[in-house]
Amino acid sequence: MDTVYLLITGFLSVVLINNLVLTKFLGICPYLGVSGRIDMAFGMGLAVTFVMTLSGTLTWLIDHMVLIPLGLEVTRYVCFILVIASAVQLVEMYLRKFFPPLYDSFGIFLPLITTNCAILGLCLFLNLWGIDSLLEAVVLSVGGGIGFTMAICIMAGIRENLRMVDVPESLQGAPITLITAGILSLAFMGFAGII
Amino acid sequence: MATDSDGQTCVYKNTLLAGLWRENPVLRLLLGMCPTLAVTAAVKPAFTMGMCVVFVLVCSNVMVSLMRDKLKPHLRILMFTLTIATFVTIADLLLKAFQPDMSAALGPYVPLIIVNCIIIARAEACASKNPILLSIVDALSMGAGFTVALCVLAGIREVLGTGKFFEIQVMPKAFVPWAALSMPVGAFLALGFLLGLVTLITKKRS
Repeated sequence: MDTVYLLITGFLSVVLINNLVLTKFLGICPYLGVSGRIDMAFGMGLAVTFVMTLSGTLTWLIDHMVLIPLGLEVTRYVCFILVIASAVQLVEMYLRKFFPPLYDSFGIFLPLITTNCAILGLCLFLNLWGIDSLLEAVVLSVGGGIGFTMAICIMAGIRENLRMVDVPESLQGAPITLITAGILSLAFMGFAGII
Repeated sequence: MATDSDGQTCVYKNTLLAGLWRENPVLRLLLGMCPTLAVTAAVKPAFTMGMCVVFVLVCSNVMVSLMRDKLKPHLRILMFTLTIATFVTIADLLLKAFQPDMSAALGPYVPLIIVNCIIIARAEACASKNPILLSIVDALSMGAGFTVALCVLAGIREVLGTGKFFEIQVMPKAFVPWAALSMPVGAFLALGFLLGLVTLITKKRS
C-alpha cells in the first residue's frame, strides 16, 4: 500500500507540482516552437512522452546496473546523451514507416527532441532525487512526459485563441507566449499544497 | 595583400560584434532558453552559468573546427553532442571542485549545457566550416552575448525580486521586494517583456 501511495504522489508531483516545463524550465524550445496548433502540440507531446519513458527507464538501468557498480559515474552524461539520441532515432524511424503525415509535419523538430532539455533533464533529476526503485523511475518518466504534453497542449489551446486578440506589435510572437507561460506557471503554483 | 588582411580583420571584428547584439543568441535568436529562465533568479549563478557556457563553447568549437574535414555528414550531430558532453563533464567537475556552492545552486542545469542549443548551433553553423581562430572568436562573441543577456535578466530579477544586486543590498529599506520575480513566474514574465523591449528597440532603429 505504501508503495502505491508513494507512486501516486510521485506521479502527481511530477505532473502538476514539479511540472518540467512550468517550474523547471525544461523543454522551452519545442514549447515555444510547436505550440502553434493543438494537434501538432499533442503529437509532439506523445513523441516526447515516448522518448522520455524509454530513455528515463534505460538511463536509470544503465546508471544503477553498470555505471555505479563499476565506478564510472564520470561518463554518466556521455552515456545518457547516447541513450537519448538512440531512442530518438528509433522513434524517427518508426514514425517515418508507419505515420508519414505526422513525420512530415514534425519536420526539423523530431531530431531536435535529442536536444530537448526536458528529456536529459528528467534523466538527471531521477539521479538527483535519488530514485532507487525501477518502478518509481518508470512512473516518474511517464509522469514527466504527461506533464510536458499537458503543458504544451494547454499552451497550444491558448495560442489558437490568441490569434484573434490584438497584441501590441512589439510583444507579438515569442514575448507574448512567454508572458502567457508565466501566467500559466502562476496558476500551477496553486497545486503546490495538494500533497 | 593589404586589402586581404583588412578584409580578414573585418571578418573577425564582425564576428566578434555579432554575438553581442545583432545575433545575440538569447535575445535575437531565442536559443538556450532553459538556462536563461532557470538560473537568472540572482546575478551570481547567472554569471557562473555564463562562464561555464563560454568554456564549453570555446573548447567544443576548437575541437569541432579541428575535426571539420573528417566529419561524415550523417554522423556529425552525434559527434558534436559527444564532444560537448565530454567538455560539459569537465566543466561540471571543475565547478564541483572549485565552486561547490555554485555547483549545488545550479544543480542539473550544468549538465544540461549539453543540450543547450547555442553550443550545437555554433558547432554546426560556424566551427564545422571555419578555421580554428575564427571559431574561437565566434565562440567568445556568442558566449559573451549569452552571459550579458543572462546577467541583464538576472540583474532585473534580483534587484526587483530581493532588493539586492550580487548579494549586496541596493534598494532602500522601504522597498518591498516583488517576491514573484524570484519565482518561476517572474522568469517567464521578465524574459517576455525583455524580448518585447528588444523588438521595440530594433524597430525604432530601422
